[in-house]
This record gives sequence, C-alpha cells and structure tokens, in this order.
Amino acid sequence: MHSYDYWLIIAFFAVVLVPAPFLGRFYYKVMEGQRTWLTPVFGPVERVCYRVAGVDAQQEQSWQKYMLALLAFNLAGFLLLFSILLFQDYLPLNPQQLPGQEWTQAFNTAVSFMTNTNWQSYSGEATLSYLSQMAGLTVQNFVSAATGLAVLVALCRGIGRKSASTLGNFWVDMTRATLYGLLPLCLLLALFLVWQGVPQTFAHYVDALTLQGVDQVIPLGPAASQIAIKQLGTNGGGFFGVNSAHPFEDPTAWANLFEVAAIIMIPVALVFTFGHYVKDLRQSRAILGCMFALFLIGGSVSLWSEYQPNPTLSNPAVEQTAPLEGKEARFGTTGTVLWSVTTTAASNGSVNGMQDSLSPLSGMVALVNMMVGEVIFGGVGAGMYGMLLNVLIAVFLAGLMIGRTPEYLGKKLQAREVQLLVVTLLVMPVGVLVLGAIAASVPATAATITNPGPHGFSQLLYAYTSASANNGSAFAGLGANTPFHNLMLGLGMLIGRFGYILPVLALAGSLAMKKSAPIGQNSFPTHGPLFVTLLTVTILLVGGLTFLPTLALGPIAEHLSMGF
Amino acid sequence: MSSTIRPALSLLVLMTLITGVAYPLVVTGVAQVAFPDQANGSLVRDAEGKVRGSSLIAQEFTGERWFHSRPSAGAFATVSSSASNLGPSNPALAARVFDDAAKIQVPGQGPVPLALLTTSGSGLDPHLPPQAIAYQLARVAAARQLPVSTLERLMDEHIEQPLVGPPVVNVLALNMALEKL
Repeated sequence: MHSYDYWLIIAFFAVVLVPAPFLGRFYYKVMEGQRTWLTPVFGPVERVCYRVAGVDAQQEQSWQKYMLALLAFNLAGFLLLFSILLFQDYLPLNPQQLPGQEWTQAFNTAVSFMTNTNWQSYSGEATLSYLSQMAGLTVQNFVSAATGLAVLVALCRGIGRKSASTLGNFWVDMTRATLYGLLPLCLLLALFLVWQGVPQTFAHYVDALTLQGVDQVIPLGPAASQIAIKQLGTNGGGFFGVNSAHPFEDPTAWANLFEVAAIIMIPVALVFTFGHYVKDLRQSRAILGCMFALFLIGGSVSLWSEYQPNPTLSNPAVEQTAPLEGKEARFGTTGTVLWSVTTTAASNGSVNGMQDSLSPLSGMVALVNMMVGEVIFGGVGAGMYGMLLNVLIAVFLAGLMIGRTPEYLGKKLQAREVQLLVVTLLVMPVGVLVLGAIAASVPATAATITNPGPHGFSQLLYAYTSASANNGSAFAGLGANTPFHNLMLGLGMLIGRFGYILPVLALAGSLAMKKSAPIGQNSFPTHGPLFVTLLTVTILLVGGLTFLPTLALGPIAEHLSMGF
Repeated sequence: MSSTIRPALSLLVLMTLITGVAYPLVVTGVAQVAFPDQANGSLVRDAEGKVRGSSLIAQEFTGERWFHSRPSAGAFATVSSSASNLGPSNPALAARVFDDAAKIQVPGQGPVPLALLTTSGSGLDPHLPPQAIAYQLARVAAARQLPVSTLERLMDEHIEQPLVGPPVVNVLALNMALEKL
C-alpha cells in the first residue's frame, strides 16, 4: 500500500464520522418537526404537500395505520414505475427511441427500485429513456430511502415513548425525510460530481470520430443528479450499466472518495439520531462501536486478500502484483476494496469495479456483509432498524444467561416481541437458502452461470443474497435477465424488504404501548464494552451458523483450489 | 380507505415533481452554467472543432505509433459498456493473460505490467498507470523516430497524482500531445 491508499482511508473515515453527530441531531430535529435552518426553504413546500394530500401533520397513526399508509405508498410507486418502464416508448424524453422493457424485467426493475435494492438486470444507457431514469428511477431512489428512514423513526419512537398508542404519521415522516433529509445533500453531491466530470444534460448522445478514425458514440444524460441520490440513499442503481466503474459515473479519485463516503454518511448519522430519540447517546456510541468492529474485520480481510497476486496468473512474462481484472486504474486496489466493503455493509450495491473478478475471500466478505442482514451501517433507516433487531436479540440472549426478564432501555421484551424478532431472523435464510436452492435446482439456471467451478456457485449465491438483502450489487457475469431470475429475484427483494418492515412496525407498536420500568442497579447495561462484544458475537453467530455451509461451497472452496 | 389512497397518490405525484423533475432540472441548470464542459461529457475537439472523443472515455489505439489503452472486455463499446466478469479462478482469464503477455512482452524490459493484460471494470478506462505507459515508450519512440527521452518527458508531464488515489496517465490526452510533437 502507498501513501495515497492511507490518505484515502483516513479521508473516508473523516468524511463519514466528523459530520455524523451533527447530521444525526439534524435528522432528529427534522423528523420531530422542530425548526432548523432549512425550515424557511422547505417549510412552505412541506405545507403545500400536506394540503394537496389532505394530510393533517399533527394527526398521528397507530402502527397498523402507519403500515397501511406505507404499503399503499409503495404499491402506488411500484405501479407507476412499472408502467413507465413498460411504456417508455410512448412517453417523452426518449431521444434514443428505446423500446419499453419486457414485462418480467420491468417487474424486476420496479420492485428493485421500490425496495431500495436497485438490482439491475438491464444496462441503463442501452435500455432506459431519460424519463424512465429521472421521473421513474430517481423518484423511487428518494422515496424508498425515505421509507426506510420513516420505519426507523417509528421504531425509535416505539422504544422511546411510554404507554403510547401511536408511532407518528407516515406521510409526514416520508415527506420530511425526502425534503430535508435527502434533497439538500443530493444537490451538493450532484454539483460536486458534475465539477469532477459527471455529465448532466438532456442532449442527445454525441457522435465522435476517434484519433484513429473510428466512430464512437458518447452516451450522455442527466447522470449526476441520479448518481448523487443512488449513493446517498443507499440505492446503488447506476445510470450506466457498469455502475460507478464507468468513468462518467465516477471520473476521479476525489469523486470516488465522496461517492464511497456518501454511501454510509446518512446511515452513520442515523445511529446518533437513535440516541437522541432515546435520550441516551451512550447507546449510539456502543452500537457504532459494534458496527465499526465488524466493518474493520471485513475490511482488513478483504484488503489483505485483494493485495495477494493471483496464483493462477503466475508466469515470468506477467507482472506479479495485486490483481487488476475488473478494476479501474484511477481507483487502484484500495479504492476498489473500500467501495466493495462499504457498498455491501450498507445496502447500497453500487460498484466501482467488478465484484465477480474479486479474489475469493474479498467476494466472501461482500457476501458476509449482506448475509448478516446489512446492519454494518446498512441502508438509510434499514441498517439501523436491522441493527436494533440484533440489539434486542442480544439483550434477549443476555437475559437468558442471567435468568432475568430481558429489557432494553426500560422496555421489557416479552413473548410477542421475541416472536416478531424470530420472524425477522428467518428473512435472510428464506430469501437466500430457499429461493437460492430452488434456482440452483432448475436446469435453466446452469446456462446463466458464466464461471466454472465453485465460482459459478458463488455467482448464484451472490445474486440471491444481494436480492434478499436489498443490496443490488452482483457477480455480474450471471445472466440475470431471464424471466425466471427476474421473477424469483423480484420475490427475494419483496421478502427481504417487507419481511423486515412489517415485523419492525408491529414491534414498534408493541414496544410503544409498554410502560417503562426504571433502569435499576440490576439492569444489564447496553452501552459498555461487554454489550458491544455480545452484540458483535451475536451478529456473527446468527449469520455465520446459517450461511457457513454455502460459503464453504463457494468462495472458500475457490480460495483453497487456487493455491494461494 | 380514501384517507389512505388520496395521500398515497397525491404525495407520489408531488414527490415525482419535486425529486424527479425539479431536482434534476435545478442540477442541470446550475451545472450547465457553472461547469458546461464537464456537464456535456468532457468532449475533446480538434482544431476544426470536430468532436474527437471524451477525455473520460477510452479509445482503442492499435499499431506501433500510439500508446495503447487498457484492453477492453467490451471492445471499447460505449453503448453498452461491459466488463469480462471473469472469476479469479477462471482458466479463461489465465489463458487470455498469458496469450496477451506473449504478444506484448518486450525482451529486456521485464514482465508486462498487469494493467496492460487485464480488462477494466468499465471497458472504457481512460487511464493507465505510468509504468504501463513507460513499458510502451521504446516501441512508440522507434515507430515515430523520436528520442525516448522526449517521450519520457511528455509522459511525465501527463502524470496525474491525486492525494487520495493512484498516479495515472490519460492515454487519449497523451496521444493527442504526441500528435502535436
């Protein structure tokens, strides 16, 4: 590693961590309707939204009503996007006159963007009109992230409130998350990216004549505005097919730094937001400690592995150094690994190099990050509510060990809460192992796998893990655009999204109604190193025991077979 | 029921107008004024004003007289761009790398830099590490009957070294400067 590699890592942590406490407090104030410096700008817009929608911002909802609103909004968003993709050839802003998407692909894409997954079985520059990208995908990029944030604050209120029957108002939470939470940061990042070289235009693709006299088409479009939200909203769906590996999506090392930091900037801040809701920032620091421990373990393994020369390329005529297949020269090994680890720790799924060509152990770190449920920072909102589920499970385990009724921040965890927690524990196994096993046993799947040996299995495993975890990155060699994969992966994404959201809202409702017991001398403290260790081990054990056999068949077998 | 449907539909329309229309338009407006070059694709033009490419998109260079770009899995196609997605253990990767190495290797210059043997993530990587340019110096100098030291100086002028990323040379920019020598 060179000095610029260390600078990148230092700068990355600085950009993510320094603003986090302030941003976290800002999100708390915004979501609770307190006045901030942005209120004069967005306050009038917000009020217009409520008036048109007929929403009373003061009227709170029970968890059932909150859930119903969320589902209605997501369903409407899905139907609108599905229609735009099917009929884009009849709609304006289609300068390349691209046809509508085939219906299973349109279903897959619409589900993918509604669930904040942004799995892409298409290549943007070749198949989507500017209108589809902008009014279709960009909108879901915003509101799917806002939906995640809304669910998180509902859970925070559930934990923080005493004997309450309501969790807030979904319409208000979603609107505030979009306007105050996402738009301002996106504007800043989008303009920074244009400065660095990302196109932002509605003009046609440009015809160029290369220096050696060959015709070359330069694809353009309103890319920067979409790339900003795809990073900040932990979406990940690229404007171009190869995502941020494309020099137009991520043109420089500086653009790369801010794009990769943008992936977890909001998720890290939301850990502090939680602390404000429960009026105890020690809880935030403990949870952040666990997330960092897991991030550093995965990051170190991935970095070490990716710097080993590929033994199968051993030859006197070939330079023996860190592998470069699928990587861009301007990012190098560290820039690519940092992105791979961050994008899978969060539910982002954008890539700046090809995951399929990573060393086996780096690919495995990406898989493990997703398999543990994307709670290492995780998606906007989704990461933190996923992490809080793990916190409750760890508290439950601790309660069993010391023989007391488990309680978290004064709230007793009883049978109903534990049942709901168990439901969420089943989401990833069902999505990855059940759907993945069905896919593996269908004969047609073999034709979609493009690498031989254990790596071929990893391609399939990665696809179903990525869909169920709502990540969206891929071992992209897999020919995922078949009706079978489009529908099955779409199903995986729905299970992975609503399999968490519904139990989380029920849990929030149930916790909100409880009285809060005073935290006494005998309560198990959830902010010290002991709890951080317990939480970290819980996450690794639950994920590890479930998925270790599949990892052994895929990346571990590949690693052992390559003669490292 | 209408207490759910009305807000769902109207907020969806409003969010589409705000985030799907107003937001991209505002970014486009500001970008076209503040950074018109970059916003329109960082296009490179010749003396007559004809577009010869984009400084961010690789071009294919063949023959002895040019510095070659990184190999492209998608044959430098821009619509759509693509990568090899070969796994590290795939025998096809080793076969391709060994084949290319045998063709490119220059006797006495040591092993071929890996960047010249591996395809990039985008298939459109506009850069090469300096040492991969250096490996081509002797060939280009001989073909153009120029002293190696002149080309070495030209290469050094084109090395970009950001604080947070590896040093790179833009191959199109270097080749355009080469034409002007």
